[in-house]
Amino acid sequence: MANQQSSSFIEIERPEQGVVVLAPSADVDMSRSPELRTVIRQEMDSTVHKLVVDLEEVHYMDSSGLATLVEAMRNAGKSDTKLVICNMHPKVRAIFEIARLDSFFSIVDSRDEAISL
Amino acid sequence: MQIKKMIVKSQSILKWVSMQNRPEIELKLTSDPMYLCGARELVGCIARRIGFDDMECSKISLAVDEALCNIIRHGYNKAFNKPIWIGITPIKPTSEYIGGIEITIEDEAKQVDPKVMKGRNLEDIKPGGLGVHIISEVMDEVRYEKRDPVGMRLVMIKRATRTEESPRLSGQQSLCIKSHSHSTSHTSS
Repeated sequence: MANQQSSSFIEIERPEQGVVVLAPSADVDMSRSPELRTVIRQEMDSTVHKLVVDLEEVHYMDSSGLATLVEAMRNAGKSDTKLVICNMHPKVRAIFEIARLDSFFSIVDSRDEAISL
Repeated sequence: MQIKKMIVKSQSILKWVSMQNRPEIELKLTSDPMYLCGARELVGCIARRIGFDDMECSKISLAVDEALCNIIRHGYNKAFNKPIWIGITPIKPTSEYIGGIEITIEDEAKQVDPKVMKGRNLEDIKPGGLGVHIISEVMDEVRYEKRDPVGMRLVMIKRATRTEESPRLSGQQSLCIKSHSHSTSHTSS
């Protein structure tokens, strides 16, 4: 049984031991990225070996959201946690491509794929 | 009496000239990130009406969002009650372009030398500093100016060219466009 909780716009799920899925339920811009940053920091503790960021409900992200994920990726590298992004909309992917960050992240199509990776 | 008439006439001419130089749509907002979504919606909506496809509208909105974020973060040092003005003017079609959009963003923030407004090296992957790069990547023309007497002005232009196959659907004239710098095409009625 997955353990589920949420902040104001981020669903947090633990589908299996050591795996956390964060699913923002709205666009990630300068007004919301601080909350995403806080939640990622809180969830990335020593018991977590994989952090999945599910962007299915995110139809827009700006560079503050990108910066948050870059920081998360760096911290994940330091703590031996795997960070995987899934369900990315084409418009959001375009922003990653413009910033030439699409190859920096592990990006997969579905949440299941992200969890099993 | 004659001189008075001439003064009134020249004043109305000046007013007319001034009106001609104003954007067709103007929005004033305070530097609160909460209002970014409203600015994006407005710009995206106008861009769509001009004829840009969904992806291009999203990118144009992104450029505006990044410009506003830069003003809030760097210009106003995250003070959320300062003024920002957005001006939008559709660019009329020419033989080369089916149209475009000119967006002007003005503030009363500290002035900086426009020459220093350059994107950073993207090889160095780190959080932050992407806004200027994104703006220049998305828009066809980008110009930073010092605003008189205070603040900065950013002028951004995006044009759309007609593709070879401009179809007609259901008897209505359709637009099949691609942006000046990218090859995305789209059909809308």
